[in-house]
This record gives sequence, C-alpha cells and structure tokens, in this order.
Amino acid sequence: MGNKTVLFETHQEMQGKMVDFGGWDMPLNYGSQIEEHHQVRRHAGMFDVSHMTIVDVTGSQSKAYLRHLLANDVEKLGGEPGKALYSAMLNDSGGVIDDLIVYHMGGWYRTVVNCATREKDLAWMRRQADGFDVAINERPELAMIAVQGPEAIGHVGAVTSAARSAASAGLSVFQGVQVEEWFIARTGYTGEDGLEVILPEADAEAFWRALAQRGVVPCGLAARDTLRLEAGMNLYGNEMDESISPLAANMAWTLAWEPQTRDFVGRAAVLAERQRQPSHKLVGLVLEGRGVLRAGQAVIVDAAAQAPAKGVVTSGTYSPTLGFSIALARVPVEVGDTCLVEMRNKQVAVKVVKPGFVRHGQSLL
Amino acid sequence: MSEIRTELKYLASHEWARVEEDGSVTIGITDHAQDSLGDVVYVEAPEVGSTVSVGEEAGVVESVKAASDIYSLVSGEVIAVNEALEDAPETVNASPYDDGWFFKVKPSDISELENALDADAYREIAEADE
Repeated sequence: MGNKTVLFETHQEMQGKMVDFGGWDMPLNYGSQIEEHHQVRRHAGMFDVSHMTIVDVTGSQSKAYLRHLLANDVEKLGGEPGKALYSAMLNDSGGVIDDLIVYHMGGWYRTVVNCATREKDLAWMRRQADGFDVAINERPELAMIAVQGPEAIGHVGAVTSAARSAASAGLSVFQGVQVEEWFIARTGYTGEDGLEVILPEADAEAFWRALAQRGVVPCGLAARDTLRLEAGMNLYGNEMDESISPLAANMAWTLAWEPQTRDFVGRAAVLAERQRQPSHKLVGLVLEGRGVLRAGQAVIVDAAAQAPAKGVVTSGTYSPTLGFSIALARVPVEVGDTCLVEMRNKQVAVKVVKPGFVRHGQSLL
Repeated sequence: MSEIRTELKYLASHEWARVEEDGSVTIGITDHAQDSLGDVVYVEAPEVGSTVSVGEEAGVVESVKAASDIYSLVSGEVIAVNEALEDAPETVNASPYDDGWFFKVKPSDISELENALDADAYREIAEADE
C-alpha cells in the first residue's frame, strides 16, 4: 500500500477509484471522468492534491538562494508577499529536474513541487543550499485542495470564515494570501479560475465535505490530466525531464535571462543551446477525426524526406470540451501546419497548433 | 464488484457473446472491461458484410485513458453493428451487456463458442484483474 492523504477514506466513501500515483493512493475518478471535467469547465470541481510536496524555504538568504536555484527569477515577485511564480529547476546541463510554483510569503518562500520527484528535488535543493543561510523544510503535515472552475471562488467563500472568504475574493490571478492558518492562492492546473488551498490536515475533511454539500464535485487524477492538457500545461515526466531542455518544452517564457549577472543553475548550458538554435520544440496537435492521440506515438514532420524527421507525442488524450483528440508533441522545429502521427499501424494527418486548446471554457482553436 | 451474467460466454480479453434466438451471436465488452477503460469515446466496429475470425482483431474501443482491441468469440460474417455507439459511445459504460453491444455475427461454426469461458471461469479472471 502507498502513502495516503488525510482524505483517503473520504475518497473511498465518495466512490473514488483509488490508484497508485507516484507512491500515493489517489482517486483516478469517482464516476465519469468526462463529467468531472465538464463540471470544472462549467461550474466547479475539487481535487485532493495533498500528495504534492510543499517545501518552505526560510532564512536570511532565501531570496539569494532561490535566485541561484531557479531558472525564473523570484526578484519578479517584488517586495510585498503574495505573488506566485512558475519556474523550472534545472540541473547543470540544463535538463529539467522539476517544475514548481513558488509563493512569496514575506521574508520567506513556499514552493510546491511534484510528488514523484520529491526525493531527488529535496536532495538537489539541499545540495544547492550549500553556502547559503537558508533552511529547507518539507511540510507533510499540510493538506492541499484545489477548487477549480468559474464558480469555485464563490463556493470557497461560502463555506469558510469571513476573513478567509474576504481574502480569497480579493486575490488577483497568481496571488496568494495566508489567513488563519490557511494559505489560499488563485492558482491551478486546469485553465479555469479557482483556488489552491493549503491547510492543516485537521481542517481538510470538513472543508471538502462542505464544498461537496454545495455541489462542488470531487474530481480525480483523470480529469486533472484532461483539464491541464486542454490548457496546454506541461506534466513533469511527459513534456519534460532531466534529458529535455526547457527550450524544447515550451518553457522559454519561464527562463529569466536578465539580469545577466544572475548565474542560475543550468544557465550556461541552456544559453549555449539557445545560441545554436534548439532542434525541437513543443507544439499542440489536433485530430478532428476519430481516434485518440497517445503519449509515445511517433510524429512525422516531413513525410517526403528520405529519412523523415520524427517527433514524439508527449501527452495525448480525448478532449471532453472539444469532442476530439488533442496532444502535446515534441517535434523538430521545422514542423509546418500539419504532420502525421503513427497510430496503431496507420499514419494519420493532424493539425499543428500552439500548445493550448481551451481556456476559461472556450476553445482556443 | 462488476456484473457478470451467467448466460453469456466470455474471452479472457473481456469480450462477451450471446447466442440470439435467430442463431446470430452478439458481441460486446464486459462490465469489468468498461469499468477498467473508463469513459468510452470511440468504438470502431467491423463493417457489416465483413468477416471476423476468432483470434484476429475485429475492432477497437477507445476510452479517454486507453485503446483496446476487440476480439470476436466466433468466426463469421458481420450482419449488424451498433450504430448508436457512433453518437453515444458512453452507452458502453452505462449498459455494457444490453444497449452497449458492439456487433452481431452470423457464425460459420457455432461450436467455436465451446472454447470460450463460462461466467465462473471469467469471474476468476476479472477478479484477479481488480
């Protein structure tokens, strides 16, 4: 048996189909994953994301340390607490150790990293802390619940204290606030508005049940994956890993090159790659006919070539919102408007688009 | 626990077969199969008039999660396919043994069904798979 979140028994009671996910027993779905997906796009859904690893960085040099550790620059978070930043954590050769979100807490920082990469992340973060006056503390005693969808903030406000309700209603996008032991941030992984709430384990079940009472549907990992893929968001291990450059994973926007004096881990390697032009990039694929694109399928960019350049589908699924299949794929940069995907012994023509298919309930195609 | 009907025959690959009064054989996937696949989004059944053979891929069912080949329990000519699944593939999840059937075969040798699993034998396989 794997690790269990504080909501494990509640998931079972709500008919969650429990599966192993990075060593954790997590709900895949509670019924129809497509129905859960639609609820998030149209109303509100909630996800137990307590398996994710929360790591607090404190100490007098916490900012200097994160400016060394992360490819994005926490200087962008400004002097006041509250803002959030998405960043890659690179190794010396420019590969992606993990992607994470970092929140400015006021004198210290909170990061949320992936659960499957927990051990190597913590080891790396501690190794890189050498020479900095920082403390790196995991917070396994905290639960985390994402409430997502156009009605999500209203529902959270209705079931929590007046102070928390007011604070969450006043948040800007990508902003967070600590109030009465809860950290509430207007962030998510669905392409919808919503909140991610980090709270003491003792408060989690009551919060979850109160939301369910209001009709916020519990959603599992399966819906989380179709939602993030429609939103064009990367999944660590699919779109990127330590062998893949952030330039080939649609993460160039997260690399803060200025100021040039900031020598973050991996900078020299990624800079050299940028100067000689990356060979691959991440694109979106759309298959409007029948069939479902799947991770691992080969992508042929120039079928007329003697030895056609190949790419690979990194994530593929059926898009519940669009009604056909979409995918993310890492392909040679010379890709045109269409390409071929090898699906079950057939070559199928697909459209090439920017990564990102649905935002706020609307098609981007 | 998934539903397993005693009157049907099964394959270890999770298809079922029912012998109809007119001697034709209806094929579909089991309740356990639809539950494992999750939400079904496409069903690719063989064409009416084509021939299917035991042990050869007869079609494909795709869910959001995975694609799975479909096998027939008997060889013969395909005499009907469930066209309702084109617009409502979720019927496979809701009613795997009734409205969610895939296709019907006019068997060339009905005795092939004797090689299929009965409900008890299939139950063992399905339970081991859970």
